[in-house]
Amino acid sequence: MKSANELLASRNNHQSWIPLMELATKEVFELMLGAELQPVVDDSNSANSAFDITAMVGLAGQLCGVLTIRCSRETAARMASKMLGTQPAADSQDVKDAFGEVGNMIAGNFKNKISGLGDACMLSVPTVITGTDYSVHSLADSDGVELRQLFEGSPFLITLEIHS
Amino acid sequence: MNSISALIVDDSSVMRKIIERLLRQAGLELEHVYEAGNGVEALGVLKESKVDLILCDINMPVMNGLEFIKQLPEVENGKGVPVVMITTEGSESHVVQALSCGAKGYIRKPFTPEQVKENVLTLLAGKT
Repeated sequence: MKSANELLASRNNHQSWIPLMELATKEVFELMLGAELQPVVDDSNSANSAFDITAMVGLAGQLCGVLTIRCSRETAARMASKMLGTQPAADSQDVKDAFGEVGNMIAGNFKNKISGLGDACMLSVPTVITGTDYSVHSLADSDGVELRQLFEGSPFLITLEIHS
Repeated sequence: MNSISALIVDDSSVMRKIIERLLRQAGLELEHVYEAGNGVEALGVLKESKVDLILCDINMPVMNGLEFIKQLPEVENGKGVPVVMITTEGSESHVVQALSCGAKGYIRKPFTPEQVKENVLTLLAGKT
């Protein structure tokens, strides 16, 4: 397990954070959704997809930033279906709630993998945005971490923007 | 095991549904399942209803899970009810804090159905 100090010292080398984020994400999908993720091989697939649902979780404390997860509403509905064992309508509150909870668990699992950060970093409750016509103006002042994965063949994107 | 009543406290309605499903999968016969989205709502439920088990998140708006379990003994129906925390907060200090506030079990999200079953059944077995 990496320590918070080691992690924060590597602020200019965020690529080293990706394996931790990948593991945190994989565990959430395996344990809570019973799904194995696949890496994105052809990046053009996810780049061209309509990511029209976004969940954001804020981190404050020793590590400040915003974790964002984005995909299509249809993909989010399938994630919710896996979590609930039922098939909620794509635009239902359950889908938004489940998607926010996925973001929350990934953020929490990520920070719990960094020794010493668990207490020193608090999470916000998730915010879920639907649609694509919006802009986020983050106070992030360094390159973040970006992870693309496939859930049942459908791409989703996780980013962690970091404030110093 | 006789049927029990449970209170599930989590600001995510999806998580409340998942926990209820896992309790049933664990073989519990649930007479009543009460739900609350935060600690204040949970205290309100307990003013009206008796429960045998409480499963509670930590990070919630209005009143978080730690504050809720601190106030639990002040409510008649809250005295002596075992509480299992189910939360993304996984640090040792959160665990220690929760246990010192009165929680009897602690499950980190993400979790397996077996973790929920084991925690809950152990607690209920110790209660009878």
